[in-house]
Amino acid sequence: MKLKLLTLGLFLCFCTAQSQEYFPKNDGVKSRNTNYTVFKNAKIHLDAKNVLEKGMFAIREGRITAVAKSINIPKNSIVIDLEGKEVYPSFIDLYTDFGIPKPKRAENGNGPQYDAGREGYYWNDHIRPDTEAIAEFSFDSKEAEKLHKAGFGVVNTHVPDGIVRGTGMLVALTPEVSEGDRILDERSSQYLSFEKSVKSRQSYPTSTMGTMALLRQAYLDAEWYARGNAKNKDLALEALNKNKNLVQIFATDNLLNEFRADKVGDEFGIQYVIVGSGNEYQRINEVKASNATYIVPLKFPDAFDVEDPYLANLLSLEEMREWNQAPANLKVLSENKVPFALTTNSIDPEKDFRTNLLKAVEYGLTKEAALAALTTIPAKTIGKEGKLGVIQEGAWANFLITSGDYFEKETTLYENWIQGEKKVLNSMDVTNITGNYDLKIDNNTYSLNISGEPSSPKTDVKLGETKIGSKISFNDNWMNLLLSSPDTTKTEFIRLVANIPSKTDTFSGKAILPDGKETRFQAVRKESTDKDKKDKKKKEDKTRSIVAVTYPNVAYGFKNQPEQQNVLFKNATVWTSEETGVLENTDVLVKNGEIVNVGQGLSAGGARVIDATGKHLTAGIIDEHSHIAASAINESGHNSSAEVTMEDVVDPTDINIYRNLAGGVTTIQLLHGSANPIGGRSAILKLKWGESADDMIFEQAPPFIKFALGENVKQSNWSGSRFPQTRMGVEQVFTDYFSRGRAYENSRNEENFRKDLEMETIVEILNGERFVTSHSYIQSEINMLMKVAEKFGFNINTFTHILEGYKVADKMKEHGVGASTFSDWWAYKYEVNDAIPYNAAIMNEVGLTVAINSDDGEMSRRLNQEAAKSVKYGGMSEEEAWKMVTINPAKLLHIDKLTGSIREGKQADLVLWNEHPLSIYAKPEKTMVDGVIYFDLERDSQMRADIRKERNELIGQMLKAKNNGVKTQPVIKKEEQRVHCDLLEEVK
Amino acid sequence: MKTIHTYIIVALLIISGNSFAQQTPAGKQEGPVTIVGATAHLGNGEVIENSLIIFEDGKLIEVIDASLTKRQYPGKIINAKGKHVYPGFIAPNSTLGLVEIDAVKATVDQDEMGEMLPNIRSLIAYNAESKIVESMRPNGVLLGQIVPRGGRISGTSSIVQFDAWNWEDAVIKENDGLHINWPDFYRRGRWWRGEDPDLKANKEYQENVQNLSDFFAASKAYLDGNRDYKNLPYLAMEQVFSGDKKVYVHVDGEKEILDVIQFKKEHALSDVVIVGGYYALDVADALKKNDIPVLVNRPHSTPEQAYEDYDYPYKLANLLHEAGVLVAIESSGQMERMNTRNIPFYAGTVAAFGMNKEDALKLITLNTAKILGIDENYGSLEEGKSATLFISEGDALDMRGNILSHAFIDGREISLATHQTELWKRYSKKYEEQEGE
Repeated sequence: MKLKLLTLGLFLCFCTAQSQEYFPKNDGVKSRNTNYTVFKNAKIHLDAKNVLEKGMFAIREGRITAVAKSINIPKNSIVIDLEGKEVYPSFIDLYTDFGIPKPKRAENGNGPQYDAGREGYYWNDHIRPDTEAIAEFSFDSKEAEKLHKAGFGVVNTHVPDGIVRGTGMLVALTPEVSEGDRILDERSSQYLSFEKSVKSRQSYPTSTMGTMALLRQAYLDAEWYARGNAKNKDLALEALNKNKNLVQIFATDNLLNEFRADKVGDEFGIQYVIVGSGNEYQRINEVKASNATYIVPLKFPDAFDVEDPYLANLLSLEEMREWNQAPANLKVLSENKVPFALTTNSIDPEKDFRTNLLKAVEYGLTKEAALAALTTIPAKTIGKEGKLGVIQEGAWANFLITSGDYFEKETTLYENWIQGEKKVLNSMDVTNITGNYDLKIDNNTYSLNISGEPSSPKTDVKLGETKIGSKISFNDNWMNLLLSSPDTTKTEFIRLVANIPSKTDTFSGKAILPDGKETRFQAVRKESTDKDKKDKKKKEDKTRSIVAVTYPNVAYGFKNQPEQQNVLFKNATVWTSEETGVLENTDVLVKNGEIVNVGQGLSAGGARVIDATGKHLTAGIIDEHSHIAASAINESGHNSSAEVTMEDVVDPTDINIYRNLAGGVTTIQLLHGSANPIGGRSAILKLKWGESADDMIFEQAPPFIKFALGENVKQSNWSGSRFPQTRMGVEQVFTDYFSRGRAYENSRNEENFRKDLEMETIVEILNGERFVTSHSYIQSEINMLMKVAEKFGFNINTFTHILEGYKVADKMKEHGVGASTFSDWWAYKYEVNDAIPYNAAIMNEVGLTVAINSDDGEMSRRLNQEAAKSVKYGGMSEEEAWKMVTINPAKLLHIDKLTGSIREGKQADLVLWNEHPLSIYAKPEKTMVDGVIYFDLERDSQMRADIRKERNELIGQMLKAKNNGVKTQPVIKKEEQRVHCDLLEEVK
Repeated sequence: MKTIHTYIIVALLIISGNSFAQQTPAGKQEGPVTIVGATAHLGNGEVIENSLIIFEDGKLIEVIDASLTKRQYPGKIINAKGKHVYPGFIAPNSTLGLVEIDAVKATVDQDEMGEMLPNIRSLIAYNAESKIVESMRPNGVLLGQIVPRGGRISGTSSIVQFDAWNWEDAVIKENDGLHINWPDFYRRGRWWRGEDPDLKANKEYQENVQNLSDFFAASKAYLDGNRDYKNLPYLAMEQVFSGDKKVYVHVDGEKEILDVIQFKKEHALSDVVIVGGYYALDVADALKKNDIPVLVNRPHSTPEQAYEDYDYPYKLANLLHEAGVLVAIESSGQMERMNTRNIPFYAGTVAAFGMNKEDALKLITLNTAKILGIDENYGSLEEGKSATLFISEGDALDMRGNILSHAFIDGREISLATHQTELWKRYSKKYEEQEGE
């Protein structure tokens, strides 16, 4: 394929300037151009930092041969005088699909496809390291022209399809040469992404966490394959190994995925170059800590059309902020010394690139940093330091000639030289005749306006207030101007001709009047009027004041992250969730994030005193079953997804974190959904609003995994085609996996042992090193799972939902499993027909550890009410009921030594309530996690006022922008999905 | 505390000593009943601490302070000292009895195909023996408006009580309201047509409103004619124009609500009720001026927008009330049927976020009855009204207090047992016996 393409290139480009020396030639004699071209008197930007004023440089056969203040001019030289002009290295774009046809989408089929469609390759079609850009590449001169105009000389291109996308190639955008000359490196890099291949319908992975798990497994498998352990041929793994030492470029489309990519890379000792989202400023410290080089799009959101206030109400604060803040992204990256290159991907290089770049400069990006991002940094990133992106001896002769400072709006790009080949963008010799003139012909004075590019000007002519038809052409500095006769009743023309060799304020020439009479005309330049200035101002998106970034950068984010405080809660009614019960008039002292003393009359010792008289202090609520703060819930592509972990997809920007804090929740178990019998691993989080995803993870908590039984896993409520379809099959899935898990463990010492992330998790479960929380409804399946576990010698830790737990509570007690249930949900599916609100009370009475959970972002913020329902349904005591949302879920999660009650030495996860916490009238006033007050009713009311003010300001800015004529986009409200585990589709 | 509850449980078990799958409806009230000593929450904002409540033939004949009279207590006397009496709670805009199990299509009868369906009537599909309906009663929810869903005009609702053999016995007001799903000014992309699922401006909004307006005009014209041809949808509009069928408009947006007010004027509609009304607060003055009440969606919801106050749904009913709008709470939404029994706690939550408790009670009693047009008989404990009430151990708006010992509908003492209490008994007994072994 590659060879064929090169041959094709040869036929198309037989007239190349640099034809290959060993190629036969049949259309004439062999002639090689060995002349030098020498440029003199230019302001030369040697690289992003250094400038040579009035310098000289020479090029020959595509390379720069010398650069200096003064060089010897060889005799066989053509000398070009660049007096008053500037020279820059041509730009480099590392993230393009230049010259690659759009990947063809697989045809729709019936139902999901679970197996790979390719044979001889990896088991998953979305791992395509065997793809080679070179095999699909053909030079796209139309696109190249756009890139030339933007100033680019070299691009790296790839096939944008799949999770591992195979090799990219580095290609010069040299016009009129053969592919053989243009290709600088046909295996320059390997590309990756979070997007599945469109060429395959294979289901797995359906989620971001599945993608990450797949990538990890593929790396492990490649290593195993490299050791010669496979019996089969796997061309994908071979390619992955072959590409291992290339630059790895990981494409992402949102900030969280940037961190996720980096995390996978770190685990395998790979530093990806990350294609960012343009939102890096929102978490710049983490971006910096990734140590990655970034490739950043030059795309800024358009202002929203907020003229209709009803529609404006749909806009989220973060979208409004992104519009306001994004243009400063590059400045922030640069100030924080994050190395970055720029890409034209996702914008039109011809129309938008320079405009957006200048906008970034206007917003504080230094010219030096901008130039580095287009030249030296991408060159270094792709391993071509000193060869590309610089003007120095030995480098490719890739450079731009401009009329002045590239970063000034008025500057014209004249020529883009690539590999020593000239591409004229605007003729250097064209006289700029644009402007306003008084045009005198035959006793009439017309008003003449010439605008547009100097080489293709446009005219606007008036006589008094009457518009006169006109047409101008300007070639080789000869102007031909055709005017309609001022007598509009006639179809007659006046023709003007003039030679204008240099910029001037007056020019004159010959005019031929409608009657054939020849006369002279004269044009005299006018001072530009106020109106012109005003016109010019129009359509410019003026620099606006940037609003502060908050953590997270959404409504109710913190401008300054609240800090740990030493606090003395004075004179509270303290619900200990311990044997000590409820203590009246009691003080609780918090120091360094821990509860250090519980008693009466405690001295503050410098701690902040909070008067809690008449108020109730409790441990923070723990929600054993939550799906908030997640970018994905289900990996449903396989019937087991033990390899995936919710820790990979924590979304710290979810407003439900803040709302949960406002409901007194401090810790949650973020569970995988219930799409498959063996789900994914959990993330146990502390709701530290404003912190990063990783910092929310409750580190001391032991590992968990979600299992699921019943209607969801057997795909009862939609048409499914995956095993199992019955509860009988569900049992077999477990038995099969556990048997294989045991066998896997026993094979560890075998020579060709293959590390399998899914099986590693199963082994942890079998060995009691990872606890199981199983979604369950009816008694038969509950019993089944306990029996299967017992057969394999381990215990189920928790049944969640467990709506028929009351029917088998005795058996559960015998097994030693806990229960985490809803207070009163039922009737939504057939399997909850016998669900009763007395369930928790009965199980508690039998002696199980029982928790009340939410599985719902709404209910989770009032779990105190849900716990109180057990007082109504089943007559549980209030103390016992309160334990069901504090110490009991802590026990189920094995974090009860750390949190879940008020006792000396425990983590200070506390809630101060205005009322009895089980009362319907109770609301949290302060919620503290690890000694930091993350929710405070007073601060909340201040934030509300601030948000109103900020929205108002941003709407004002957008209205102003629209008024100035900038492009706007219609308001669209992004759907926020409230997730619970019955939800199967993937969310952000 | 625990022992008290044990007594309550035992008491409950005795009262509900009945083991049919569905509870047998109670017969007509046979002699007078006197409830004495309870704190009576009248539902109209008033409280009588030590009350005397007497009812006969289904009607309240005395609701007074017990210390003000020395009269003989007639009939069956219930000493309710330390307890609380409430009028039966009312669930408007409900689909109870129309769906049994959400995921089982065969049990779902709430949404007929078609757009303009005033002739579709919820009442005839209402399953008086639904296990979900009976589960309302132990929480004090005794009445409901049964409403069809879907389409532009979903159909006609009826109001029922929750202790009946069949729909005919259950109905207390037939064909009380017409239900319109107002077009959305913005709408979700139709993902099934490959559009983005996000919300954006609905280009067809004006056209949708016009279609609705045209339908009203066409119905009116038809009804003014000789009606030789029996056009069922148009005929079902007759009571709308005569003022006998209220018009319930399910709508949330500010602009849309203003358009509804205009629609009311245009078609000279006497009674219009806003259902949902998420952004009604911004147009509260106009609603008040035009006598349009609001059935606010359940407070146990999350705010529509991240930037909104976290407690906005909690306090919306109160804010509307403070602005002078007549407000009640409805409970539609996800898992709405089984959740309707939580309507007292919806009211309690509104009280937690600023409303006076007795005003909060009105949101599920007298205000609801007024809005539904059944306040002559229901919604408050007042002489001459139906004896539809219950006795609770404590504050019925609080989970811990909402424990019923007696409940009456039209003076009939109804069973408080349900499929769920029976399972509770059955399995509690299983473990008690195990312990005894």
